[in-house]
Amino acid sequence: MKHVDEFRDPVKARALLGQIGALQEQVMAKRTRPVSLMEVCGGHTHSIFHYGIEKMLPDWLELVHGPGCPVCVLPMGRVDDCVALAETPGVIFATFGDAMRVPGSKKSLLGAKADGADVRMVYSPLDALQLARDNPSREVVFFGLGFETTMPSTALTVLQAEAEGLGNFSLFCNHITIIPTIKAILDSPDMQLDGFLGPGHVSMVIGTAPYRFIADRYRKPLVVAGFEPLDIVHGIWMVLRQLAEGRSEIENQYRRIVPEAGNRRSLEAVAKVFELREFFEWRGLGSIDHSGVRIRAAYAAFDAERKFPVAAVSIADPKSCQCGEVLKGAIKPWQCKVFGKACTPETPLGALMVSSEGACAAYYQFGELDELIEVASQ
Amino acid sequence: MSQTAEIIVPGATLPGANAAKVTLAHGGGGKAMRDLVDQVFVRVFDNPELALLDDQARLPLDDLASHGDRLAFTTDSHVVDPLFFPGGDIGKLAVCGTVNDLAVGGARPLYLSCGVIIEEGVAIDTLRAIAASMAAAAQQARVAIVTGDTKVVEKGACDKVFINTAGIGVIRQGLELSAKLAQPGDKVLVNGLLGDHGAAILHARGDLALQTAIESDCAPLDDLIDALLAACPEVRFLRDATRGGVATVLNELAKASATGVELDEAALPIREEVKGFCELLGLDPLYLANEGKIVCVVAEAGVERALAALQAHPLGRRAAVIGTMAASRPGRVAMRTVFGGRRIVDMLSGEQLPRIC
Repeated sequence: MKHVDEFRDPVKARALLGQIGALQEQVMAKRTRPVSLMEVCGGHTHSIFHYGIEKMLPDWLELVHGPGCPVCVLPMGRVDDCVALAETPGVIFATFGDAMRVPGSKKSLLGAKADGADVRMVYSPLDALQLARDNPSREVVFFGLGFETTMPSTALTVLQAEAEGLGNFSLFCNHITIIPTIKAILDSPDMQLDGFLGPGHVSMVIGTAPYRFIADRYRKPLVVAGFEPLDIVHGIWMVLRQLAEGRSEIENQYRRIVPEAGNRRSLEAVAKVFELREFFEWRGLGSIDHSGVRIRAAYAAFDAERKFPVAAVSIADPKSCQCGEVLKGAIKPWQCKVFGKACTPETPLGALMVSSEGACAAYYQFGELDELIEVASQ
Repeated sequence: MSQTAEIIVPGATLPGANAAKVTLAHGGGGKAMRDLVDQVFVRVFDNPELALLDDQARLPLDDLASHGDRLAFTTDSHVVDPLFFPGGDIGKLAVCGTVNDLAVGGARPLYLSCGVIIEEGVAIDTLRAIAASMAAAAQQARVAIVTGDTKVVEKGACDKVFINTAGIGVIRQGLELSAKLAQPGDKVLVNGLLGDHGAAILHARGDLALQTAIESDCAPLDDLIDALLAACPEVRFLRDATRGGVATVLNELAKASATGVELDEAALPIREEVKGFCELLGLDPLYLANEGKIVCVVAEAGVERALAALQAHPLGRRAAVIGTMAASRPGRVAMRTVFGGRRIVDMLSGEQLPRIC
């Protein structure tokens, strides 16, 4: 594929890996433990496993797979709310495909569908709007989730619904923002990270300025990177180069997509429709201040939380689940007590086993598990 | 498919196959059903066994025995939405699926049954088109549809048309094909482009605003397998890579043989359009369904002949060696990625669902 294959070139990969190896002496000069880098975004995690990048990296470098998979971090209580909305008589519940499998306390949306709820898989919020136009006698609820990547398209959909006066369309808003979450991770006492790969598509919307505090206040380098394997290896090299040179800056590897100032029109639409919530609960991380958005009062007519009774019950993660420690890099996925035993992709207990973008599911599906468990048990 | 404005009252009696749509009367066992069976199915399937309309087909043992030394017997139910898609339809699928299940066991496919469950309200012309397609596929695969059954169910009790076919074939004298025979060093081949059927069906459902010309690869593979087995006695295992795709077959192969499979991603024959389709939706072509593709395990000594035989056949032009059976990691499928990394290719847990972003 044109414009894709160029970014998967194994020859260039070997050259970059050579340059990463050449940084070892400088980077490791004053250290005793391996360098620990977090890729924040689930899309990066997926690529890293899909292309087997982790095993190509030297052993003095560790990747920590961050919280940036919106499907994974959705708390169980919100899934229960989705199921309750979907099971409301007259409702068509429209959702992205991979959110259908996330387990609630009783069932997932797939389970609700099997029990007779009208759950439709859509590829865009605009598909949900079309469902509302096509079914004027039904209430269509769109399950909006994701970081700033998907927030603008949801905001524009609400604006479009308002322009058309579509009274039977509403949004169940579960959008979350990445910055407070990175801050929460940086503030946690067991944090051991040395630098970050920043999320490419989120940054396409918000630009690079919002990350500055990471470099300025926490003295950690962050490189916004693309999703092709060469992007990722290149981004890793850029972070390591900063560490080698004793710098902590925000750099942009993904210039072909990410403008430094972000996308103004997207940000305007988001600001018009959404406002920050005081806090939002994350599976595996708990409640994080200002980490989610809700619909502004001006668009209350399109807010499923105002239109329908939504219980909004908070359900604690299972005690045995160690997702939080994995997310902060304190332990590796396979070191969790329930990994691959009580917690598998078929029956996930924790956030990170839910989608292939979650670190645990990725290790379970793509990793050479037998070896990992053997090493862990020694 | 023809369109009709006629309104059918459920349960109303309409005469036989001249009605525009199937009603419950067509399942009632009376004349309407007889007409439907006779004119829509028996006539186009056109063989003397079926034309007798007895309760069973009677198959001469002598004839069966002339093809080999063991019977192969299989069944498969076919449900697909939409019924008609680029490159095929449920009828063609129902014949090819069962023919291929027989052929990959080393059997010469000979006889099929055809059980059709019809939702009331389906246009008779739709059934005619499906039956014609079944007849054409059966002719191509040199099998006879010798016994059948139709049932009509109320609206909503099934989705338009479901077809079950069972098949009987005869396995060539002395031929043993089994995953258990696969050994380290054996090569893994496929007969062409992967994922076309899965992508064509997803596209044909019409909820993606994409323009593509991807067609299903639905085809009977008995002739191709004939040619392969004639050219290469070193074939150890064959399986058609349908639901769950090549990845699923390879995992089954690895587990059954207690051997590892090492795949080479760069060698996988995948159409550019299918790659692009999967990129957009976050799907993996290794798990997309095929309806005209086999995975073959061949001892190394026979690889060149096997590949040449496949590539000489119209259904095998893009055949390729995609991997090797390995002693390391028994039961697992590993892949050398295009990027130079390695990863495990596991069984899917549940269906592939498009990713959010």
